[in-house]
Amino acid sequence: MSEKRDRGSLIGDGLAQVGALGLFLLQVLAAIPRSLRYVAETVRQIFFVGAMSLVIIITCGLFIGLVLGLQLYEVLSRFGSTASVGTVVAIALYRELGPVVTALLFAGRAGTSITAEIGLMRATDQLAAMEMMAVDPMAYVVAPRFLAGIIAMPLLACVFNALAIFGAHTVAVSWLGLDNGTFWSNMTGAVDVWTDVMNGVWKSAVFGAVITLVATFQGYTTAPTSEGVAYATTRTVVYSSILTLAIDFLMTAFLM
Amino acid sequence: MTQRRSHQIGTGLFILLGFTALGYLATQTTSLANYRQGPTYALKARFTNIGQLKLRAPVKVAGVRIGSVTDIQLEPDRLEALVTLAVDKRFNQLPDDSAASVFTSGLLGDQYVALKPGGSPDMFKDGDEIILTQSSVQLEELIGKYLVGSGDTPAKKPEDAKPADPRPADPAPATPDPATH
Repeated sequence: MSEKRDRGSLIGDGLAQVGALGLFLLQVLAAIPRSLRYVAETVRQIFFVGAMSLVIIITCGLFIGLVLGLQLYEVLSRFGSTASVGTVVAIALYRELGPVVTALLFAGRAGTSITAEIGLMRATDQLAAMEMMAVDPMAYVVAPRFLAGIIAMPLLACVFNALAIFGAHTVAVSWLGLDNGTFWSNMTGAVDVWTDVMNGVWKSAVFGAVITLVATFQGYTTAPTSEGVAYATTRTVVYSSILTLAIDFLMTAFLM
Repeated sequence: MTQRRSHQIGTGLFILLGFTALGYLATQTTSLANYRQGPTYALKARFTNIGQLKLRAPVKVAGVRIGSVTDIQLEPDRLEALVTLAVDKRFNQLPDDSAASVFTSGLLGDQYVALKPGGSPDMFKDGDEIILTQSSVQLEELIGKYLVGSGDTPAKKPEDAKPADPRPADPAPATPDPATH
């Protein structure tokens, strides 16, 4: 693949990738009913992409909350409206920061390991071996990871949000001396379950689907060499981050 | 087999934790938290202007939340707003000559209904109407009064030195200060 390419074939390759990703999505969706036989595998994948990501999600959520509380308190105190620290933190987190930052961390933590794992299966012909044994790798390998991503991402984003709220509360109330009741009552007065909390949950479910789709696709179609797996892993992070942010914008524009 | 079992337990714990976080966010940090109230009784109040008062706005006595606004209707014959308040049953010691006002929390905050206790020996009962009401103060009206009130008469200097007039409803003493024009 090292021969020179002109610009036209680069665009053609890009389009071909998008088309292949779309076809792959259809294959995954078609494989989901068959993958229901492998519930235990889906559960195992939720453990790997979800529970094993908890440490990074909890740590990052806490620090995001701490820094949000600190920054917003500092800025809002210039306008004498520190009472709305809780409201601003909660709305920013639930609508955007929680789902997006969790998705980026998820792409780095879980997406890469999915790509590397499936890529290595491809490189060592394990996928071909499964087909020989009449086990459909789409149903046994890809679909469970896809489902696990959809299930795990919203839960991770919720944990992230809860920790960030805790962090912001710690800074604003315990450290900078904002009144505890003011913090909560302004938040509960302005934050809505459906337009804020659940909006973030839908978003993060979509992000989970996109990231695991990109990750499994890159692993599944990787060049069967160690270099190919390395490139595929990089592409997973790049593509899923870009797609996450772009889809976030589209969902915000159309859902609000 | 033990490894698969530990994965299943781990997944279960993870899902439990995730839903706990979701439940916490949904019930404790949103407006759902304000629904937690026990049995209530209803009071009615008529206002000529409720400003930006909305459903579920708080009802406060001495700044403490005791209930919420449950209904806002325009009465077709009197062209007044009929506001129904749900007050927590624990606070059934409100004298029946208490006054209701629509206030704003902060300068630009949300509006709420404040009840000012009266001195009557009789208490409000379910379905009673609050007779003494004071409508919301409209910021635009105040600004209009200040603008119209200013500049038409020569000013008295000492009043001008106090920009924070404690009686905002009074027409402002005329100010020749060019900065206000």
